Amino acid sequence: MKLFTFAAPSRFYRLSGRLLPWLWIAAAVLAYAGLYIGFFVAPTDAQQGEAYRIIFIHVPAAWMSMVIYLAMAGWAAVGWVLNARMASMLARALAPSGLVFTLIALWTGAAWGKPAWGTWWVWDARLTSELILLFLYLGYLALTEAIDDPRRADRAGALVAIVGAINVPVIYFSVRWWNTLHQGASVSLTGAPTMASAMLLAMLLMTFAFWAYAFAVVFMRARAIVLERERDAAWVQGLTTMGHAA
Amino acid sequence: MMTWHSAHEFFAMGGYGAYVWSAYAVTAALLGIEAWLARRRRRRALERRP
Repeated sequence: MKLFTFAAPSRFYRLSGRLLPWLWIAAAVLAYAGLYIGFFVAPTDAQQGEAYRIIFIHVPAAWMSMVIYLAMAGWAAVGWVLNARMASMLARALAPSGLVFTLIALWTGAAWGKPAWGTWWVWDARLTSELILLFLYLGYLALTEAIDDPRRADRAGALVAIVGAINVPVIYFSVRWWNTLHQGASVSLTGAPTMASAMLLAMLLMTFAFWAYAFAVVFMRARAIVLERERDAAWVQGLTTMGHAA
Repeated sequence: MMTWHSAHEFFAMGGYGAYVWSAYAVTAALLGIEAWLARRRRRRALERRP
């Protein structure tokens, strides 16, 4: 069981603590560069004017909301099947961040929909499936918080997370499967992007900024969960009041 | 290349300022609150050690 010594909560706590400052720096630098290019280099959109500049947070947030869900379901499954505690704790730590990015995707989408479509909201496939994602996160959080025994809560949450994962491809392909008001993918793995290079660069930089932010904040929350669950362990007792190894 | 000729023009966003800036403000607020809550949770976990 050598593999699992690396997954020990104490080891995760130490390694993630060392990575945290670098993740925050990366998030700040990438966001600065992305916003600079997004607002001062990227040209005005010929069809949508300046309202399109919401894209630099809307699309990255929507991507994060889906990626974090898959990561959450994946870690929850690993934690359940292999009885790996750290994997379950990571799943629990990912959920609030996924919820936040889903809220951002919906909010910024409404703020963009009003000037672009003339409505804040429409019950089309893309918007509705993203709203379902919000309810999946809320359901996962409500369920896991309602069960006192952490390992039982992990397993119940894993079931919801895994079943709900079917919604992610539905969101992603909704613009292709159904006729929707929402525009199609601006960037795909196959084929050239349908936008100016400065716009694309700003959007990608903001995506990396959100990734760095998500890693940082999920690590912070996972560290808190480790401390909550291992409070009686000798290594936790040995930490200083600042949370460093003595 | 410079898209904006004045600070006023920048904040007006071609008439879409309210939409663009509210979207960015809510995003910044949500991310800020989330990071603050995560930090507070770890602090409290450390303080509550037996």
